[in-house]
Amino acid sequence: MTSVPPPGPIAPVVNPAPAPEAGSRWARILMPVVVLVAGLLLWEWVIRVNQIQPYVLPAPSAVLQTLATDWPVLWPSLMTTLLTTLEGFIAAAFGGIALALLFHQSRWVEYSLFPYAVVLQVTPVIAIAPLLLIYLPQQTAVIVCAWIVGFFPVLSNTTLGLNSVDRNLGGLFRLYGASRLQTLRYLELPAALPFILGGLRIAGGLSLIGAVVAEIAAGTAGAGSGLAYRIAESGYRLNIPRMFAALLLLSVAGIVIHAVLALASHLMLRRWHESALARED
Amino acid sequence: MVNSEDSKRPAVAEPALGQADVVSLCDVTKSYPNGLLALGPLSLSIARGEFVSLLGPSGCGKSTALRLIAGLMAPTSGRVELATPAARQIGHGIGFVFQEPTLMPWASVRDNVGLPLKLGRLPTTEAHSRIEASLRQVGLAEFAEAFPRELSGGMKMRVSLARALVTDPDILLMDEPFAALDEITRFQLNNDLLTLWRALRKTIIFVTHSVFESVYLSQRILVMTPRPGRIGACFDIATSAPRTEEFRTSPEYVAYCREVSAALLPRERP
Repeated sequence: MTSVPPPGPIAPVVNPAPAPEAGSRWARILMPVVVLVAGLLLWEWVIRVNQIQPYVLPAPSAVLQTLATDWPVLWPSLMTTLLTTLEGFIAAAFGGIALALLFHQSRWVEYSLFPYAVVLQVTPVIAIAPLLLIYLPQQTAVIVCAWIVGFFPVLSNTTLGLNSVDRNLGGLFRLYGASRLQTLRYLELPAALPFILGGLRIAGGLSLIGAVVAEIAAGTAGAGSGLAYRIAESGYRLNIPRMFAALLLLSVAGIVIHAVLALASHLMLRRWHESALARED
Repeated sequence: MVNSEDSKRPAVAEPALGQADVVSLCDVTKSYPNGLLALGPLSLSIARGEFVSLLGPSGCGKSTALRLIAGLMAPTSGRVELATPAARQIGHGIGFVFQEPTLMPWASVRDNVGLPLKLGRLPTTEAHSRIEASLRQVGLAEFAEAFPRELSGGMKMRVSLARALVTDPDILLMDEPFAALDEITRFQLNNDLLTLWRALRKTIIFVTHSVFESVYLSQRILVMTPRPGRIGACFDIATSAPRTEEFRTSPEYVAYCREVSAALLPRERP
């Protein structure tokens, strides 16, 4: 609220708007970094002062050192997990979009299959993974796990998008005698695109989770080569620094996946969609 | 139950697809899914090149009537006849302008205007020149590459109009197209529409709830009464005065407005 200015000569007013704007932008980058550095320093300090052994809790410096020394082991594992995630994600993306298009074409197919898609989604994947490992080759089972957790957000978001087409635009397409395929290509898919991209962003993170869960399940069976398997394996060997190093790599992988998908979504929508436009206030 | 037999026929229009008529509705009704009559029976005929307004309060079924003519809805009973060479024309010789601009936000102005041609599979080169011509007609030639969000409300409406005109339709159906615009923009678009109508000689059926707009634009006004929507009165705006800003303030214009407004007032009904 603005108050009535006091009488008297008008003082020159410095426009205060840019300062907090620029300040808050810096703060949003700087503050998490400050928290991170402070946390790491505190962690390091606690370990050194109390002389805690690395097999109990490794210091950040020890984790970084392990990351460097174990790189020949961790790097191929990271690649394995990322490949699994990618394959699961692609399967989820195509499977989810294809299933949504199929549901959109035929109500009967939708009524018949949608409940099972929900069942697949609500059953915890960690409980399904051991079963899949029994019946499928291990690499296939891991990809299927990544797919199971990833496809549902794509399916439900694409369905939502296909159903949220402007009715008048739909009427216009009918007026001009658009074929089913033309309506899909020029109207429904573009209108659904923001929804599909939103689903894909969720699916990216979930595919990583699915891959990790399946690898851990496979790891308990004593086979595997992914990062999550390294975590399980290092746990058995009480190689705690390597567990942390592998965890760090998984975190970074998740962040990178999220950032790549967010960037792709932004680039595809920036010309027209509200979500990708700069705020004007 | 509501029945088409018990209702007296509106005396204002003779339904018959005569030589000069381009649109004819014959005892057309439209019921809600629950069986209640929403519209009609409605009979009217519109001559080629005529500018007719359907005027009435919201909910009187005037938009429904327009959608029936466009073929976006099927009548419950009765006949809708159009005398357009349907077979060879994209959109059956009809252009439709909605209340909202109804543009595709992901497509440029050029692609939005060209949509009917794309759906009609017109060759690209011919489509291109038609789009250019259509954009020139509405004064947006320089905005072909812009996106809808970059345009003002009035400009979006012009794009919508250009899209309706791009197929060179015989009949232009307009569903309260300028209702959401500010008055200054609306006046400007009214004048531009009249200029286009005089130049292109389209048949225009213009749905509006504004007495002033309908009197300013139309040759004929059909006043609709609600529930069920029927034609309550018909006015010929047979002025010789040119439809310019002067006409807007002339006593003749005011007299027409008063007369049409009176027909909109609820009369004593049983």
